[in-house]
Amino acid sequence: MPATHRARQVARYLPVLPAILLLAVFLAGPVLWAFHASLTNAGLTGRNARNPQWVGLENYQRLLQDPVFPFSVGLTVVFVAGSAILGQNLLGLALAVLMRRARPAVAATVGTAVVAAWVLPEIVAAFAAYAFFSRDGTLNQLLGAMGQPGTDWLYAVPMVALVLANVWRGTAFSMLVYRAALGGVPAELSEAAHMDGAGPWQRLVFITLPVIRGSIATNLMLVTLQTLAVFTLVWVMTAGGPANASTTLPVLAYQEAFRFGDIGYGTAVAVVLLLLGAVFGVAYLRLLREQRP
Amino acid sequence: MARRPLTVLSLLAATVLALASCTPGNPAEGPRTIKVAYQKTDAFTALDTMFQSAKKEFEAAHQGVTVELQPIQANDDDYGTKLALALRSPSTAPDVFYEDTFKVRSDVDAGYLLNLDSRLGGWADWEKFDDAAKEAGKADDGGTYAVPLGTDTRAIWYNKKVLQAAGVALPWRPATWQDILDTARKVKASDPSVIPFNMYAGKGTGEGTVMQGFYELLYGTGASLYDQDSKKWVVGSTGFTDSLTFLKTLYSENLAVAPADALDPNVWKKVFGEWFPQGKLGATVEGSYSPSFWQKGGSYEWPGYAEEMGVAPFPTQKGQAPGAVSMSGGWTLAVGAETKQADLAFSFLTTALNAKNSLDFTVASSQIAVRNDVAADAGYQSANPFVKDVSALVSVTHYRPATSDYPRISAAVQEATEAVITGSKTPEQAAADYDAAVAGIVGGEKTVRK
Repeated sequence: MPATHRARQVARYLPVLPAILLLAVFLAGPVLWAFHASLTNAGLTGRNARNPQWVGLENYQRLLQDPVFPFSVGLTVVFVAGSAILGQNLLGLALAVLMRRARPAVAATVGTAVVAAWVLPEIVAAFAAYAFFSRDGTLNQLLGAMGQPGTDWLYAVPMVALVLANVWRGTAFSMLVYRAALGGVPAELSEAAHMDGAGPWQRLVFITLPVIRGSIATNLMLVTLQTLAVFTLVWVMTAGGPANASTTLPVLAYQEAFRFGDIGYGTAVAVVLLLLGAVFGVAYLRLLREQRP
Repeated sequence: MARRPLTVLSLLAATVLALASCTPGNPAEGPRTIKVAYQKTDAFTALDTMFQSAKKEFEAAHQGVTVELQPIQANDDDYGTKLALALRSPSTAPDVFYEDTFKVRSDVDAGYLLNLDSRLGGWADWEKFDDAAKEAGKADDGGTYAVPLGTDTRAIWYNKKVLQAAGVALPWRPATWQDILDTARKVKASDPSVIPFNMYAGKGTGEGTVMQGFYELLYGTGASLYDQDSKKWVVGSTGFTDSLTFLKTLYSENLAVAPADALDPNVWKKVFGEWFPQGKLGATVEGSYSPSFWQKGGSYEWPGYAEEMGVAPFPTQKGQAPGAVSMSGGWTLAVGAETKQADLAFSFLTTALNAKNSLDFTVASSQIAVRNDVAADAGYQSANPFVKDVSALVSVTHYRPATSDYPRISAAVQEATEAVITGSKTPEQAAADYDAAVAGIVGGEKTVRK
């Protein structure tokens, strides 16, 4: 009965077929379109809007010669490393560990405050952060009340302001992931280590962290990819300025494609962003795989 | 088992029926809709008012036609992007839309605009439009694709009280750049808390940076952006470096706003809404439409503006002929190339731009009239005390080169001004970077050293 067997095999995949189709249409489709468009000189207006020409790798050659591009890649890496890998990830872990030891009332209050920033829609969070850091904003008014001179944060140190804003906005996610992961650490392991004389710090490093390694890798991957794609926050707070000092790759892609109407070049930037995401993704996937003997 | 094919069949039939009812019917019968896209902001509602009234008028005259107004709430740059994205697909393209004059040519190249030549002949009012203004709607092929709505000029707007307090003789009419700096320094010395003379700079204010700022400087040196005869972009001109140096002087001596303020895209709202009415700003370069913000019904109503404000032409660098310089832009209405109801759409356009609607819009938004009958109207001439002064600047005005490369070149200019006012580059370095950027955008063979 090989035929029936095969039919059953096929039937097994039927329930996931809609999901695969949807992914193909809404995920693979745009990605393939982006690859294609980045090899043309498609424009928003002008002759190239009507008849885009195939230009091969010209857009990528231009990218390599564009002085803004390496700078923008650097800013993106700083933004991701500072706000996601270090900021959200470490702060989320610290909060999760501390909350297990804190009194329930304290833990609940802190948890609510942290999650509040996360449930805000991105545009609202971005405006809140702008209102905090802007020249007449909350931060400068607080400093003024304490007799300290204010600084124009978004102008003087735009990347610092953006990193802090993104840490504020995104830490809740890491905190929730780590709270769940810590809940799954067997108590007897910690107790046994405690009996053997391990201090709290040693128990964290040698018992807890190795046990939740899978969660760490998953969390790192998710926050990295989310942060790579952050656009609204940057656009609202600094719009990439001053003088390109905060032009991360998504902002650069938007500017090229929509402000200057060069869709081909803008999508080339987007493709680079896509590849950067893929590199991070593959690295974390390997990390996930290696932990299983 | 026999019932299943039936079910499938009936489902299929139902789908086909449902799809058939979705296909557009013959436009000549049944209810018809005209989609109209335009810009509306909290500070610019005159156009919305005009279209609302045109919609009423048009729907009353054409039974069964619905005019669907689609205001886009965005600044000029974002409006242009949104409109271009909508025009890319026939299913989202509006039938009639508000189009910036400097985008007409590149949008015609893109095939977004309908040629109106055959229809304009049958429109009696077309003769009443000013010939120079008609040029704005023409494309490279000589055909007309857009009907002008209004134009504008740029001048120095100054607060008489602020200048008077500093001992400046009124009416103020600077003859050279040096006069501007001297006056600004005088104002600064008499009251360090006011901003003596602001000029937009940087990418934050977008086209405002170049239209109300850099180009007044550049064209006043005798240099230009684009050589019309050879159709090449000008690089390496001393005028360009001189203009950047002037901005550097203004900003480094704190005669203009702080660089951080200049880079805020909303700085112009403070100029109109706070600094001028509160007497915190001496002067700035702004458009002829400035009174529209202050007059009754404007976004920043200020009853005293007619007495407190003064206007002066922007001088050339050393006072060389013609002694003053101005820039003009303006907007048009156009019909989408893919429209299924071209006649109806054009008919709506003529209703929107008839004498009454044109007059109301021109007055409400303080435009310079493009229809002769509107220009001759007493209501237009007495709309605000500055109409005569700013209209006279048409004789010394310049237009932007309306090629499809222009938006990128403009961005490169804005970047040069930003680099200079933030102090990250000297005027010479910024000018050299601009030259390299232009060569990169249009290709070295399309540039000319002057």
